[in-house]
Amino acid sequence: MSDNMRMKLKIWRQKGPNSPGAFRDYELDNVSSHMSFLEMLDVLNEKLIKEGKEDPVEYDYDCREGICGTCGVVVDGVAHGPVRRTATCQLHMRTFRDGDTITIEPWRSEAFPVIKDLVVDRSAFDRIIQAGGYVGVNTGCAQDANSIPIGKEEADKSFFAAACIGCGACVAACPNASASLFVAAKISQYAHLPQGKPEATRRALRMIEQMDAEGFGNCSNHAECEAVCPKGISIDNIAVMRREYLKAALKTGSATI
Amino acid sequence: MSKLNIQEGSPLQAHLPAGHVSEKWDNYKAGIKVVNPANKRKYTVLVIGTGLAGASAAASLAEMGYNVKAFCISDSPRRAHSIAAQGGINAAKNYQNDGDSIWRLFYDTVKGGDFRARESNVYRLAQVSVSIIDQCVAQGVPFAREYGGMLSNRSFGGAQVSRTFYAAGQTGQQLLLGAYGAMMRQVDAGKVQLFTYREMLDLVVVDGVAQGVVMRNLKTGELESYAGDAVLLCTGGYGNVYFLSTNAMNSNATAAWRCHKRGAYFANPCFTQIHPTCIPVSGDYQSKLTLMSESLRNDGRVWVPKKAGDKRPPEQIPEDERDYYLERRYPSFGNLVPRDVASRNAKAVCDEGRGVGESGLAVYLDFAESIQRLGLKTVEDRYNNLFEMYERITGENPYKVPMRIYPAVHYTMGGLWVDYNLMTTIPGLFALGEANFSDHGANRLGASALMQGLADGYFVVPYTIGDYLAGKAPVKAEAAKGEAFTQVRGEIQGQIDKLLSIKGTRTVMELYRELGLKMWDYVGMSRTEEGLKKVLQEIPKLREEFWNNVRIPGDADGWNKNLEFASRVADFLELGELMALDALYREESCGGHFREEYQTEEGEAQRNDEAYSYAAAWEYTGNFAQPVLHKEPLEFENVKPSQRSYK
Repeated sequence: MSDNMRMKLKIWRQKGPNSPGAFRDYELDNVSSHMSFLEMLDVLNEKLIKEGKEDPVEYDYDCREGICGTCGVVVDGVAHGPVRRTATCQLHMRTFRDGDTITIEPWRSEAFPVIKDLVVDRSAFDRIIQAGGYVGVNTGCAQDANSIPIGKEEADKSFFAAACIGCGACVAACPNASASLFVAAKISQYAHLPQGKPEATRRALRMIEQMDAEGFGNCSNHAECEAVCPKGISIDNIAVMRREYLKAALKTGSATI
Repeated sequence: MSKLNIQEGSPLQAHLPAGHVSEKWDNYKAGIKVVNPANKRKYTVLVIGTGLAGASAAASLAEMGYNVKAFCISDSPRRAHSIAAQGGINAAKNYQNDGDSIWRLFYDTVKGGDFRARESNVYRLAQVSVSIIDQCVAQGVPFAREYGGMLSNRSFGGAQVSRTFYAAGQTGQQLLLGAYGAMMRQVDAGKVQLFTYREMLDLVVVDGVAQGVVMRNLKTGELESYAGDAVLLCTGGYGNVYFLSTNAMNSNATAAWRCHKRGAYFANPCFTQIHPTCIPVSGDYQSKLTLMSESLRNDGRVWVPKKAGDKRPPEQIPEDERDYYLERRYPSFGNLVPRDVASRNAKAVCDEGRGVGESGLAVYLDFAESIQRLGLKTVEDRYNNLFEMYERITGENPYKVPMRIYPAVHYTMGGLWVDYNLMTTIPGLFALGEANFSDHGANRLGASALMQGLADGYFVVPYTIGDYLAGKAPVKAEAAKGEAFTQVRGEIQGQIDKLLSIKGTRTVMELYRELGLKMWDYVGMSRTEEGLKKVLQEIPKLREEFWNNVRIPGDADGWNKNLEFASRVADFLELGELMALDALYREESCGGHFREEYQTEEGEAQRNDEAYSYAAAWEYTGNFAQPVLHKEPLEFENVKPSQRSYK
């Protein structure tokens, strides 16, 4: 444990969606190993504001406990950094050593335009969910909760898929910038449950169609997404998604709806 | 009575329906006006915030046929801080056959709130709790289940039955994604228009009625006006007035506070909840505190060394030199006493010098006995994600070493005053979820926040809003171009220009830290007349310092986190003063409000029902030091107030 590490940072700076960006170098002293990665950036920003020579670095965050999915940067080429199953906000400086150079850049994907510096726009994910990532049940028309028995094994599989936090690291890590893991997690959550079955066909076709329309690439089984996912969502879910998609296409005789 | 010179205004009417508490909601529903299906589409409802309360309200109202505009501060509605709730959601299902009932949930909640909640609202909450679970399961929320396929339950503080439904330690996430999905379905249907990256900076009131909002587009920096027939404030609590809390970094009080300054009364601001089990502070740079779910107290045992100053590592302290102080002092509830009691006891043992860890500001939460009794596998099944989170943050493995925990600010029971309809003192402005004050009194029980947020959004406001809208002339979208909106936008622009022009020497973070630490020291876990008077002197000075010496980098033309944050801190600097004033005026201890002068011989909170059995709703007068107090007297017809005992 050390309380006075010196870090060299190479950070992507970009004024807006249509401006060119570039890496800039910074040095930061007195970094404590107990700090989180984002707290280290907070300290850098306080210093930049005090110096007044350039604007602070913009990065997005909210809960800082790894569940809201707001934060996320590429650290030394890896989405969310070097620790497995860990979102950027839960990454701590004890992972790094005194004198290390750390390269920090935003998620790179055409479907996630940069807003500023390290902040990207992930509204494409909302539009995919909008295309069927739910069970169509109006408020007030539900039956008693225990009238739908669901075995623990299937309920657990559904939960593990539903644990996706929608951070977009899967897209950032994929050589094709595919959103397959994100979409599969939602489709698979419902594929393991009796709820929402009547609209399973429509859901699979529409969500995948929307994923393509947003400009995400296809999955070619690199599994980089699974490796960086902070919630450890398994690519088995992508197999489930393909099954759901194939079933839907065969049933309707079409790949679109 | 208080030495404070406070002006008292007229008492408040909560518009409670007639009848026995168990009949009020049914009587109410039978008597209200409804808007016929063909007319619903003529009305526009503005929903501010898309957490559990906002998303569930937006979805439900759109399904009914209203036009909804929903606004969220983040890139997606799914980021709302409801997502971070870990432990669970209460419901009086009695699936465990352990004697639970609507009455028992009602009773536990009124008692848990230390007799400072409104009985009729709490009863309604307990009634609709049952439907919430049905609704969420129908949506495909993957709750924990038994092998036979039935839903599983766990226990939470302040209850002697198992009524908490959960999805590992991610219950808030799963419930929010359910509500978010329901809302996105309505976006798809064209009934909800979604506006992301929008922060509400003011309410527009025309002829005494809420008619719209002014938003700042955080991506472009533009100010935008939206008109509607009703505004639903679902913007959460104000825990971030304190410097370190378990709230998300963007959680703030701005929307609620600015509504207060437009005429909505703010009730019980001093009722804040300190959660007993959080990961302790590790350094000055720290930006937030992380909660460890209350559910851990089902199987974790809280202890400190018997001897003050005992610095041995936990495994070297023998069993008979440990003090399991909650089990010792409260044999009936043990480690599952309510949050206020657990927090105060942790502070007391640390004040005695028996705290553990480097700072001495922590107690142990130990799973060794449970792992032995239940086996590692079972403990992993129940809590693994929490244990992993703990290890990521602290670098210690809680399967091997006891967790170190300490209380931290977590939730605020106070909020905008609302009547039985959830309407504030501004007609047309409703407040839902944590943003209102109503259901938890002076202390919220665990797993009740998720319940209340969803109750308000799915099952209460869809009825009460109709009673308000029926017969009202619909507002046109073009109203947003009117004079009233232009004027408010001008005021907001003026404030933003002012903030950017100060160009002082202190960062927003520095000033915020100074305020937030004072709030923790003087308006935190325990409060004194002396401390409150001191902080009431200091906050106005700090506010002046802020408005003369803050340094905000960049401009207002686009994304600028420091600017966003500065306008929130400006509001905290005003709200903090009202919290301290409310705490000073309430000369009793109740729930999370602990005044050292008012305690029993055993150190428990000592209420003064004769003088303070009311909700304190404060009216803004333009002078922060002189708000007007409106009381809503609380009647307890069904649960007789008593000294709370968990022994």
